[in-house]
Amino acid sequence: MELLSLAIRSIFVENILLAYFLGMCSYLAVSKKVSTAFGLGVAVIFVLTLTTPLNWAIHEFFLKQGSLVWTGMPALAAMDLSFLNFICFIAVIAATVQIVEMFIDKTSQKLYTALGIFLPLITVNCAILGSSLFMVEREYDFAQTLVFGASSGVGFFLAIMSMASIRHKLRYSNVPEGLRGLGITMLTTGLIAMAFMAFSGM
Amino acid sequence: MKFIEDIFNKMRPDFEKGGKFEFLYPLFEAKESFIFTPGTRTKNGCHVRDSIDSKRFMSTVIVALIPPLLFGIYNTGYQHLVVSGEPTSFISCVLYGSWYVVPIIVVSYAVGGVWELLFALVRKHEINEGFLVTGLLFPLTLPPTIPLWQVAVGVSFGVVIGKEVFGGTGMNVFNPALVARAFLFFAYPAQISGDRVWVAQGKEVVDGFSGATPLLVASSHDANSVVTALNEFGTGVAGRFADFSFSNCFVGLTSGSIGETSAIANLIGAAILIITGIGSWRIMVAVVLGAFAMTTAMNACAPNDASFYALPFHYHFVTGGFIFGAVYMATDPVSAAGTGVGKWIYGFLIGAIAIIIRTANPAYPEGMMLAILFMNAFAPLIDYLVMQRHIQWRLQRGRA
Repeated sequence: MELLSLAIRSIFVENILLAYFLGMCSYLAVSKKVSTAFGLGVAVIFVLTLTTPLNWAIHEFFLKQGSLVWTGMPALAAMDLSFLNFICFIAVIAATVQIVEMFIDKTSQKLYTALGIFLPLITVNCAILGSSLFMVEREYDFAQTLVFGASSGVGFFLAIMSMASIRHKLRYSNVPEGLRGLGITMLTTGLIAMAFMAFSGM
Repeated sequence: MKFIEDIFNKMRPDFEKGGKFEFLYPLFEAKESFIFTPGTRTKNGCHVRDSIDSKRFMSTVIVALIPPLLFGIYNTGYQHLVVSGEPTSFISCVLYGSWYVVPIIVVSYAVGGVWELLFALVRKHEINEGFLVTGLLFPLTLPPTIPLWQVAVGVSFGVVIGKEVFGGTGMNVFNPALVARAFLFFAYPAQISGDRVWVAQGKEVVDGFSGATPLLVASSHDANSVVTALNEFGTGVAGRFADFSFSNCFVGLTSGSIGETSAIANLIGAAILIITGIGSWRIMVAVVLGAFAMTTAMNACAPNDASFYALPFHYHFVTGGFIFGAVYMATDPVSAAGTGVGKWIYGFLIGAIAIIIRTANPAYPEGMMLAILFMNAFAPLIDYLVMQRHIQWRLQRGRA
């Protein structure tokens, strides 16, 4: 029940994109067509579900203060390596995405073509790194981290699908010249974010 | 065939404008289109089933909005007089109600109209009657005590950001009246939520008065059962202040936004919209079905009778902005889903989400407007998916 409410909170209430505005760059760039938005959305869900728990493990067993106790060396036991969070997380994300991409390429050509360029692209998506950092800040345990990562991805997926289909519809709109393209997309994002506020407080 | 075509081409100048057989052109045209596919295409008219245009469309919505508007005026006056402990004659109710409601509508129309005019002049589009609907829908969703400057700010936001930046009526994604309402709701919560704003109070207030709306009472009360809480609300006050029994909520002599309180008035509006074919009955029915399904589920998980989860469906139906939203807001043809199947999905989800927000979200006792706004964001996606599905079906049928 607690995990379910965490899932709902991170999909709707604290949507990684619409509440924290993380991952805006790929959201704005790739939401022109619904099919590509779908590809990116699925890739984000996939990578978030994979890397957030992985980073949790790294943080828990290597970087957190006192996490090196298991080595048995007293010099290491008191060590606080959490200043390495950023660099380790981003390296883990990049490495994981690379390995996963190679693995998918070998095993499932169909999935590989579906995810296409988006898989390497989202290595640098701030939503991915952001989720890992939130996970540290909020001191989630493993199960919570897994749920949080996956549902953050689902939240991103919903937001980008909604945006892509709205932009599909906006092709028939007569937007003032200065607002065409990114301008109107930003405004629409704001309105979607307002619509998502319906769930705030839940 | 070639030589027949040549004959026609040779004859054509004689029959077209300025030719000697100009008056016989229809005959020539009929013969030509009988034998060949004509080079011209239908420009207008031929596939349109009746002469409805955006002007008539919007005027019908205005007509349908008159019952809740008139009742809203009467009820605002009635609530004011009851709370002040004065006699409630029909005339004084209408006069007091007009005193509060008319300025709100005037400000909404005046300020929104200026923006509409400005954009129409600068961008050279015509002034569309759609604004007349927005300008009336918006005040009806507000509490009667709303400060007029907030009405002006809200309608400006709704018209400019909700509609004009997308190019005007018919090109927006979100319902402008809803955008305006939601903007006020999040920007100035003190003037649009809680139990202080729904009844216009004079200087004198009767003892034991509470300005809570039915849904507010349902979400926080200390009776044993949520239904009892509603039925017994306010009855202690010398038998004068209307309780929230089902029949009172149905008639609408309760506190709330100007246009939303009366189920009867809004159902008359619904009948007008459905009979004239202006509002989509699919969406209205789907909203009710969605709400019914979700209420049943919520009732099943209610921890006890006193919980908001236990509120039966017929109370959800008549309280708050449920009918008003389902009839006038959800059916907005621009921001709703356009495909047939899409309308069912869209409406069902609105009903379900509205009940979820009402019961499961302690921050907001009312969720109808927010649910519609939320689904506005997903209506294009629903349409897209429905269309993709149709394309796939047709492809399969073609292959088989």
